[in-house]
Parts: sequence; structure tokens; C-alpha cells
Amino acid sequence: MKNSKNILEINNLKIYFKTFEGISKAVDNISFVLKEKETLGLVGESGCGKTVTNLAIMKLLNPKATILSGEILYQDKNILEIEEEDFKKVRGKEIGMIFQEPMSSFDPLYTIGEQMYEVCKTHLKLSKTESRDKGIDMMRRVGIPEPEKRYEQYPHEMSGGMLQRAMIALNLLTNPRILIADEPTTALDVTVQAQVLNLMKSIQEEFGNSIIFITHDLGVISEMADRVHVMYAGKLVEKGTTEEIFKEPKHPYTKGLMESKIRREYKSKTLPYIPGTVPSPQHFPDGCRFNPRCSFVRNICKEEEPHEINIGNDHLVSCWLYVNGGNKLEDN
Amino acid sequence: MKIIKAKNIKKYFPIRGGVFLKVTGYVKALESINIEINDFESIGIVGESGCGKTTLGRIITKIYDPTEGSLYFYDEKGNEYDVTNKLDKSIKSTFRKSIQMIFQNPYDSLDPRLTVGEIIKEPLQIHRVFKNKKEEIDYINELLERVGLSATYTTRYPHEFSGGQRQRIAIARALTLKPRLIICDEPTSALDVSVQNQIIELLKEIQNEFKISYLFISHNLDLIHHVSDKIVVIYLGNAIEEAPADELFENPLHPYTKVLMSSMPSWDPGNRKLDKVLVTGEPPSPINPPLGCPFHPRCTYKIDACDKIQPELLGAEHKVACHLYD
Amino acid sequence: MKDQTKRMVNAFFKNKLGVVGLIILIFLYIMVIFAEFIAPYSYMTSNRNYTYAPPSKVRWIHEGKFIGPYIHPLKRERHPVTLQLTYVEDTSEIVPIKFFVHGDSYKLWGIFESDLHLFGISKDTNALLCLFGTDKFGRDLLSRVVYGSRVSMTIGLVGTFISVIIGAIMGAISGYFGGWVDVVIQRLTELLRSFPQIPLWLALAMIIPPQWPSTMVYFAIVMVLSFIGWMGVARVVRGMVLSLREKEFVIAAKTMGASGFKIITKHLIPNTMSYLIVVSTLSIPGMILGESSMSFLGLGIKEPMTSWGLLLGQAQSLSALSSYPWLLIPGIFIVLAVLSFNFVGESLRDVADPYKVGERA
Repeated sequence: MKNSKNILEINNLKIYFKTFEGISKAVDNISFVLKEKETLGLVGESGCGKTVTNLAIMKLLNPKATILSGEILYQDKNILEIEEEDFKKVRGKEIGMIFQEPMSSFDPLYTIGEQMYEVCKTHLKLSKTESRDKGIDMMRRVGIPEPEKRYEQYPHEMSGGMLQRAMIALNLLTNPRILIADEPTTALDVTVQAQVLNLMKSIQEEFGNSIIFITHDLGVISEMADRVHVMYAGKLVEKGTTEEIFKEPKHPYTKGLMESKIRREYKSKTLPYIPGTVPSPQHFPDGCRFNPRCSFVRNICKEEEPHEINIGNDHLVSCWLYVNGGNKLEDN
Repeated sequence: MKIIKAKNIKKYFPIRGGVFLKVTGYVKALESINIEINDFESIGIVGESGCGKTTLGRIITKIYDPTEGSLYFYDEKGNEYDVTNKLDKSIKSTFRKSIQMIFQNPYDSLDPRLTVGEIIKEPLQIHRVFKNKKEEIDYINELLERVGLSATYTTRYPHEFSGGQRQRIAIARALTLKPRLIICDEPTSALDVSVQNQIIELLKEIQNEFKISYLFISHNLDLIHHVSDKIVVIYLGNAIEEAPADELFENPLHPYTKVLMSSMPSWDPGNRKLDKVLVTGEPPSPINPPLGCPFHPRCTYKIDACDKIQPELLGAEHKVACHLYD
Repeated sequence: MKDQTKRMVNAFFKNKLGVVGLIILIFLYIMVIFAEFIAPYSYMTSNRNYTYAPPSKVRWIHEGKFIGPYIHPLKRERHPVTLQLTYVEDTSEIVPIKFFVHGDSYKLWGIFESDLHLFGISKDTNALLCLFGTDKFGRDLLSRVVYGSRVSMTIGLVGTFISVIIGAIMGAISGYFGGWVDVVIQRLTELLRSFPQIPLWLALAMIIPPQWPSTMVYFAIVMVLSFIGWMGVARVVRGMVLSLREKEFVIAAKTMGASGFKIITKHLIPNTMSYLIVVSTLSIPGMILGESSMSFLGLGIKEPMTSWGLLLGQAQSLSALSSYPWLLIPGIFIVLAVLSFNFVGESLRDVADPYKVGERA
């Protein structure tokens, strides 16, 4: 997987929003690549910009958003410059998306079958009977029991986990090369979450899509991702393989997140935690955006934004602690 | 000393339809739950959404009346009061002061039209605690500072705060009447990951300082293990296992408890565990729960008795409701 | 909330129509408050020589010289062929229009006695200043429109106020307590709503005894209008309360031991406030039209008291309309007021919608 081709390349993407409280720097100069057949985990808390990034890839950004700079390269073309008319053939066909709330990602007025037919008609030019066969087959493959019956049902007649499976089946109809999953299991119970995650993994093995998996839950990431990118306050602060990041988190924020897992040994001890609160996108601090909450903070952190440093093994971190060839910065 | 004893609590919510609102069915939220909470202890209730854990919290706080069963409240002198039905006038004020609640969603639990000061003042005014305005203000400021907020926040509105800060405000409000028991219904699940542990730590500190009991309701096993002395696992309105925290985690007995534990992500990419998922399907609807053991349609250890006879919660310290252990 | 209020005010002023509506309303209400002062005559002053007189022509230049606004008195003449009465200007006399003249005496708000009027002509002349023309008793229509605004513009305000209060309380009780209380209130509102509106007005207006003094009639009409208007509010408030009562802050208040009354007044109604304000502004026009319709049909305000609907009632016949088109002027005021309230209401509704506020930023 390491040497596979890039399928999506995002360079220096900068997206700002104008709001009442001022400019919101939702996504500030981020770059990353998605490789073929890999799962890329994008981790971050609310308001860190992970969802905005993916809406930009889907060209579904709210008109209030301004893309100040950057490019999103898909098949050597910049998605940001493709006309909406042409992109309609890509969205939903080559790039699919799974949302957090399965209940609201289906239209409640149409049956699952009708919504599947809609996709088959637009992207695959299939007839009603053909798409019915394909839809039912796909529903069977994602583990929906009695797919013939479910095909005729309305969204409200199905449970959350079943709907999320149906959403995955709907996306797989066109066999997209990229699947963006935005917190796909956050609304589900743990036992159902485990099933859906498992399903997504086996689907990927079978269909060979690349997945961008967005979540705030490092536990889920540990199960799913090949590589992990950690986002904080509109910036990518750390990138690396899942093994690397979990074994040796470098950025103080990533470290804090790792430690905040409540382990059995902590019982009757004080839980470690990151102090302070997540800044709102209108009020990101100067310098390194994590500096007010960081226990390793130095003067430079408050003044200058750190740049990305490669510390080997494709492990990149944006933190002043690792400037000077991966050695810790001398305290000044 | 005991605070609350709930015996065989059952709660059915009627589903009504038609012009005359005839009852067409029931949501069977709780079936025969027993629970006892003593002073200065933490009980954890764990289960998935729709299992009835929130309903249980609301029955104990007397938001809902139970359909069957009885609920007893004990005042500080140890006198027993039957509070199954409407709260009696003589005990109402004591009861309300003794039991408070912290909710899941701090965006929902604070009235957006009131200032922080007014929110915290509300319980004090309902029970006419202070006659002197100055004392009241001092007390509110002291509480705010205790939960890690500035006393200058009293004039601000909830929407000006982040989720974690709002949860602190909610905690301050729950503390105003110096309750003996606080029901914490998923107090951290709506918060950012990096803030969750702060709130748990705050709750723990407060517990030790004021000697409060907690009833912790959550779907998060790690959290429940960390904060509870004793844990009750609920599935579809039934308590299926009950044990001291460490015991339950070291030696889970019920197949559902095992499934819950194996479904938790590993946090270790070198040793992923979701490949070995033990369960299929989803919890059935509480409108038509299965006969016999509620878990039998999903259980891999199902035996003949499971779909006929509902197992009882049996055992001494570690109780389990499963035919495998009969 | 301070920022939020500021935000809402800003958003409101971004909507041009809303601002225009607000300005018009401010003018209309100034007219309501200072009616006696603004109207050149009292609403009862009649002039036999001026029945159905057309609007006075205001002139500025006399024999090539600018001398400020003035009018000529009117003389009645028979048309030599049709023998119809027509008015001709008596150009020999010049009657200047002045500001702050002494005219009919009045008691402003029943307290301050005065005879000062904003503008008018001298008392000593036979002429009549009638910028909007006169009616069949020779009463100045402008003065009657100004006095009429008192009834028309306040009836909507008072009526809406009462109906919104009734509606909010009924809706909150219905939604909060549920059960049979809810069923009874809901069926009652459905029953009342299913009556056709105009016959219901007629029936209710019939109850008002004809010998009642005008002020009593006024309040009776307000009651009739509010009695019909509260159901819509009650429905929506009930719906809002149904969702609000499941909110955790309401449950929190219950665990503190707050009473049902306290929860309704402190948490539920304040949280429906923005809706109530919007619905109030939007239902005032309905009330104004309601009063106009009733008065137009002769069931509302009675002579010599005046309201816009009553004034418009004079223009009922086609012949009156063709001969005395100025009798339609009160209709313009009704349209203006109704439109302004609608503009302001719609603007407020957008402002109260938090998503829209963000977009207008």
C-alpha cells in the first residue's frame, strides 16, 4: 500500500467563512494525499475543519465559504476549477459520501429502492428492473437481511444501523473510487458500530475503493485507518501511519488525545486531560493554535506558526518541539 | 445510609392514536428493575440507546411515575417515604433538594433566555434558600468558581460558552441545593474528546468534597468503569448483569456484556479486535420485545430455554440473568 | 443576548422594505397620538356650504408673485345645462394656509385644552381647508381620516395583544399539561376555527347593543376580533411547547421542584417570545382589515365616531364613487398600514430565524 499511486491530492487548501463574529479560518493551508485502496483517517474535534475539507472535495461548500487558495487534484484535474455541470458526473459516481445521521441522509418521502433507482438512472443509465436487481444484490452484499422486502421500504421503517448499511449499499452501486465517510458510526450504538466498521473494511477489500474516514474517535481510527492525519483548529498538526501515530504520537495535542482514553488502570486515579477548551473558528490564537492548551509551550509558539517537519518514516508534525532535525528545540 | 430504593420498577409508555387517543400499544421502556443507592456511592448504568437507562434516571428523579413497582426515598434521619406515586407535600421539598440531575446535552439543558446567574439562582429561589440578596450572590459566585468558571460570568448567556463550560454551569446548578444524589445522564457524550476528562475529573472532585452519590448513566463502558463502584448492565429494559466495577470487567458473565466489551475499539492498530465481532443484528424494538430472554435473538450461546423463559437476575455480589448460569 | 439583540437589530435594518414599513408606521402612530393637533378640524365640524366638496387646490403663486401656500374659497353654482351642483373657486379671495393656527378647540388626550392646530386657515373666513375633500355633511375628510386612524390603528394593536395573550396561555396550557386538557382546548379551537369568519363577526357584532357609547363599542369590537384571533396563536404555541417541554432545561426545572405555573411562565412562554412578536406584527393587519370590514358593513364603529373602514363605507355606491372619488382616500391608508405591518412582520420573522441571521451577515 505504501507505494501505491495518489488518487487525490490536496495542496495548500485555505477556506474561510465570513460570519457575524468575524472571519472564520475553517481550513487554513492544509495539504494531504489520498492513496489508492487505502483508508485515511482524519481525526479532529468539532470545528476543526475536517467536515469543511470534505465538503470542498465534494464541491458542496456553502456559498458563504471562500476558497482563498489551494487545489484539489483528482485525475490531474483541479476539482475547484471544474464546472458544476461536469462535476455532477463525478459526484456520487466516482466520489461517494456517507454521512453521520443515516436518518437524514435519505429522503423520507421515497423508498430505499426509489432512491437507489435514482442513482442508477443518473449515473449508470439503468432501467428500473436492472437497478432493482443491482440494488437488491448490493443490499445483500452489505448484510441487509431480506433485501427484497427492504428495497420497498421507507427510511423510517428501518433502524439506524440498517439505514447506514443501506447508505453504504447506495454508495457502492456506482463503485466509487473514493468514499468519504463523515463520522459514519457516531450516531450508532457500540455493537452496531462494530458491525458497520467491519462491513466497511470488507467492502474496501472487495471493491478496492479509497476511503477518507472522518471521526473524532481515535478508537475507531485505530481499527480502521492505514494512515492518520490529526487536525486541530483548521490545521493538520500531525500525519503518519496509524502504527506510528499510536505508538509514538509526537504533537502534544495528539499525545493528549491518546492519553485521554480512559484506561482500566486509571481507576481511582486522576484522569489525564488537556486543559482549556477548543477555540472557536473565529478566535483561533496566534502562533501555534494549540499553544494556550499546550504544556510544552515556549515563546516562539505564541508568535510564529510552526511549519511541517518530517521526522522520518513519513511521519510529519507541525510543532516547534521538533525543529532542528527532529531534535527538541533548545529552550530559549 | 440509603437514599433511594427502587423495587420492581416497570415503565410502559402508551402509544396513542386516532381521534379519541385510544391506546394502541406500549413502549416497554423498563421491565422490573431493582436498584438501591446509598450515601456517597457511585452506581453505573450501562446500555445502548433505547434500553431504558434514561427512563430509569427520570423515574428516580420523579419526572415519570412508574407503571408498576415501588420507589422509596429516605431522608437524612433514615425515615422511609413511599414516593411511588405523586410526591407528598410533606416530603416534596426535601426530595427535590436531595436529588438533582445533570444532562447529556449542555446545549439543551440550560434555558437560552436566562443568564448564567439566573440559571443557577432558579433552584435557590424555588426553595427560598436565601433571604439576603448579598448572601445569594456570594453563594452563586462561590459555586461558579468551584466548578472552574469566573464569577464574572453571571450576566452572560449560555450561548456564549463552549460545551464544556456549559456543562460546568449545569454542574454548578445541580450543586446549589447541596443534593445527596446526582443523576448524571451521559454527562460527557456531547462534549469534545479533549474536554470530556476535565468534566469527569470535576465530577469526581465534587463527589469527594460534598460526599454526593452518583447514578451514572452512559453507553461508554470505559467511563462507567472509571467512575462507578457498582455497575448495572441494562438491555431492552431488563437488568441483565450487576457487579462491582472491577469484577464485571474482569469476569463478565452475560453474553451481552461480553459483546459490549468486545465491541469497544482497541486503540491499538497492531492488535485490532473488531474483526472478531461477536454479535449480529440490532436491539429489537421495545414495542415488541422478544419472549424469554430479551437478548436471545442475537445471542450465540442460545439454548432451548432462552426463547421461552425469561431468566431472573440471580447471584450474590455478582448477579446475572442468563440461563447459562442457572 | 446583548450581541444577539444587536445582531437582530442589524439584520432588521438590512431589509429595506421592513425599514420603509417601520418608518410609515412611525408616522401613522404619530398621527394617532397627536390626532387633535394634526387634524385641521375636529371630526365633527361640518360646513353646510361644503357638502361633497372636492379636495382644495393649494396654490403658491398669485399674479406672478410667490406668496406661500393659499387656497380660494369655493362657491356653489348650478350647472346651467345639467342643473348639477358644482363648486367653483372664488378667486377674488385669498385664504393663506398657515402653521400653528388657532381653530377648533379640543382637549388633547382629554387633558390639555388647546385650540392650536399644526396647520390650517384662519377661523374668520367662510372657506374650508379640505385637502382630501369633504363628505355629505361637509366634514373635512383629512381630519376624519386622522381621527379615524385612532380607531383603526389601535384596534389592531389592542386586539392582537389580547388575542396573543389568550392564545399563548391556552396553547401553553394545552401543550404542557396534555391529556384531556389538551383534547378539550384543541377541539374547542377547531370548533371555533371551523365557523366561517364573516358570519361569526356579524353574529357577534349583533350582540353589541346599539345604544352603547362609542368607546364601549370600540372595546366590544376589540373583544370580538380577539375572540376570533387567538386560535391560530394557540395552535402554534402548543406545538412549540410540546417540543420545548421535552427539552432538558424544562426537565431540569422539574427536578428542582419548579411548579407547572413557574415552568410555563419562566421557561416555556419566554422561549416562544420571538414567534409571538412576529405573529403579532403579522396578525395586526388582519385585525385592521377585520375592523374595516365590520365598520364598512355598518356593524362596527358608528357615526359620528370615525374609523377608516367607516369612512370607506361612504364610497359604497358606484355613483358616489364616480362623482366623489376622493372618498376612496381612507382605503389608501388601510392599504398603507396593512402593507407596512406585513413588511415589518416579514422582516422580523426572517430576523427571528437564526439561520437567516447568519446569512444576512
